[in-house]
Amino acid sequence: MSPQAEVQLVAAVTAVACALPGAFLVLRRLSMMSDAISHAILPGIVVGFMLTESLASPLLIAGAAATGVLTVVLVERIEGTGLVREDAAIGLVFPVLFSIGVVLLARYASDVHLDVDAVLLGELAFVPFDRLEWGGIDLGPRALWVMGTVLLLNAAFLTAFYKELKLSTFDAQLAATLGFIPGVLHYVLMSLVSVTAVSAFDAVGSILVVALMVAPPATAYLLTDRLDRMIVLSAGLGVGYALVGYAGAAALDASIAGSMATVAGLLFGVTLVAAPERGLVATWRRQHRHTARFSAQLLAAYLANPSTPPVPLSEASNRLHDRFGWLPSHTQALISDLRDQDLITVRSGHLACTEAGQQLADEAAQHAA
Amino acid sequence: MDLLYELVTDYTLRTVALGAALLGMVGGSLGSYAVLRGRSLIGDAVAHAALPGIAGAFLLTGSMNPLVLMLGAATTGLAAALLVETTAHTTRVPYDSALALMLSAFFGLGLVLMTYLQRHAGASQAGLDAFLFGQAAALVTRDVYVMAALGGIALVMMLLLWKELKLLSFNPDFGHSLGLPMQLLNGLLTTLIVVAIVIGLQTVGVVLMSAVLIAPTVAARQWTNRLGRMVALAAGIGAATGVAGAVVSASMRNLPTGPTIVLCMGAVVAMSMLLAPERGLLWRMGGPRTAAPSSSNSSFSTSSPADS
Repeated sequence: MSPQAEVQLVAAVTAVACALPGAFLVLRRLSMMSDAISHAILPGIVVGFMLTESLASPLLIAGAAATGVLTVVLVERIEGTGLVREDAAIGLVFPVLFSIGVVLLARYASDVHLDVDAVLLGELAFVPFDRLEWGGIDLGPRALWVMGTVLLLNAAFLTAFYKELKLSTFDAQLAATLGFIPGVLHYVLMSLVSVTAVSAFDAVGSILVVALMVAPPATAYLLTDRLDRMIVLSAGLGVGYALVGYAGAAALDASIAGSMATVAGLLFGVTLVAAPERGLVATWRRQHRHTARFSAQLLAAYLANPSTPPVPLSEASNRLHDRFGWLPSHTQALISDLRDQDLITVRSGHLACTEAGQQLADEAAQHAA
Repeated sequence: MDLLYELVTDYTLRTVALGAALLGMVGGSLGSYAVLRGRSLIGDAVAHAALPGIAGAFLLTGSMNPLVLMLGAATTGLAAALLVETTAHTTRVPYDSALALMLSAFFGLGLVLMTYLQRHAGASQAGLDAFLFGQAAALVTRDVYVMAALGGIALVMMLLLWKELKLLSFNPDFGHSLGLPMQLLNGLLTTLIVVAIVIGLQTVGVVLMSAVLIAPTVAARQWTNRLGRMVALAAGIGAATGVAGAVVSASMRNLPTGPTIVLCMGAVVAMSMLLAPERGLLWRMGGPRTAAPSSSNSSFSTSSPADS
């Protein structure tokens, strides 16, 4: 495999591994916890590195993942005192843990080969240089094996506990009643998030791990109402980020991980605007339609009401402004629309309902009643 | 005593301490509103989103003037904040997901621009590092003037709009019913917070910036139920921990300033949560159990004339 292909493969595997637990982070309102975890693993990485002197050691991953879980526990404990809200607790815990990591690194490990910016930013382009060998045989980039394992782990957990995860996400109380122990599930999920974040920082850096975890499910959430589709779609989006992001980075000769996160942001932006039902355009059009429909009903009912004094066409703007607070432009557009639809008509200079308009007014009256 | 002497005479230490004090003061005061409105982490998003602005400003103008870079940082920071609000308001994507997404996507874009600059325009890695972790030691008098001017404007705006911002924090619906432009006020408050963040980036860096907004406020919140006192106390705590962090980091080798400031702030928060009368954890353990204090805004006495 060419180095370029290896980089793209690792990028795709990492993106999918991150996207899988991401759906539950988004649905459980834990997205910023992933940001906190990915920063707070720094002291774990530093201490682990000081002990093992290797960035590859499984012990380091385990230690750093433990720091991630510690972050979750600390945030929950601080919130549990009732003195601090959850978002403030998150914003307190991870900077303090991160600071401890930076200070440890600066004071005790400044001579070793570990940069904080390597932890924060990662570098996918270096992936092909760090290879896994077994008895002299080249097995491919080490990161591929690490992220492949994490991907399988996440996929296995999701498959095995899908029902439990789904229920505890949407109805924690029912899950508890049925004996699904949502608390334990929560910590297992957060442990997996920590392990994923630690394993991925090498390649994409800890800040962009957040993009790969949150952006795919957040985008998918705008496109589907079903959890299973949301997860599959997230995984697909992750692969898309990897391929398009790589191409963009190659064209600009810039950071691959950064380019993937940018693609993630752009795709979310496009979805936000254009998603078929939940996008801004669709929402705006729906609201517009509702407003138009409501105005039509209101006007029809007003004209159909026998106690309404006759409305001369020339006086319509003023009268309806006084009655409903409509702007003249709104009134004129509405009248012309409704005349086109043959709901109202003008009889001897006065507005009046047609038969269809009368029906619309009756409908509105029934709705009101 | 030597340290105090140096604080007055040593140029670098004095500059750094002044910068940190300013940052702590502005961050602490404006952070109060972010925390009260349940927007504690907006600082994290804005700080990360400043990176593409800085890189973009440099790319467009070729200038390293701090004001130009700050303007770029404020532009993208504000854009990210507005996008977060829009997303959370108009779609079902939760606020925290919108925050995490914008934070990392903007940062990714910044990283692309930065690496592009490094490889094509010969900009150095140092610029990126300084931005990520802050480079307090590189502060010069001119930077402190800029910080003081921008921070001063932000604080004056805050004082001028005191009543309106208070209403925004505690009862925006009521403010709306009074005919106040609450959306506009919200945007303005966000802008002020963006200013506080932008002037702090050089000192503490992206990652730790959120703590500067949150920690002084959370510490101050434990000691008082009054907004006026809380903001003043947060400003004081922010300034004091800023100076303390600068001094401690100067007194030892290999102790970076930004993280040291954050650790000082963390210590004050822990102390406040333990010791503050009535709310403090130790206080609660000793006395008879009264109603648990609330982390929400409800225990604030908002009607006090002294505050308005």
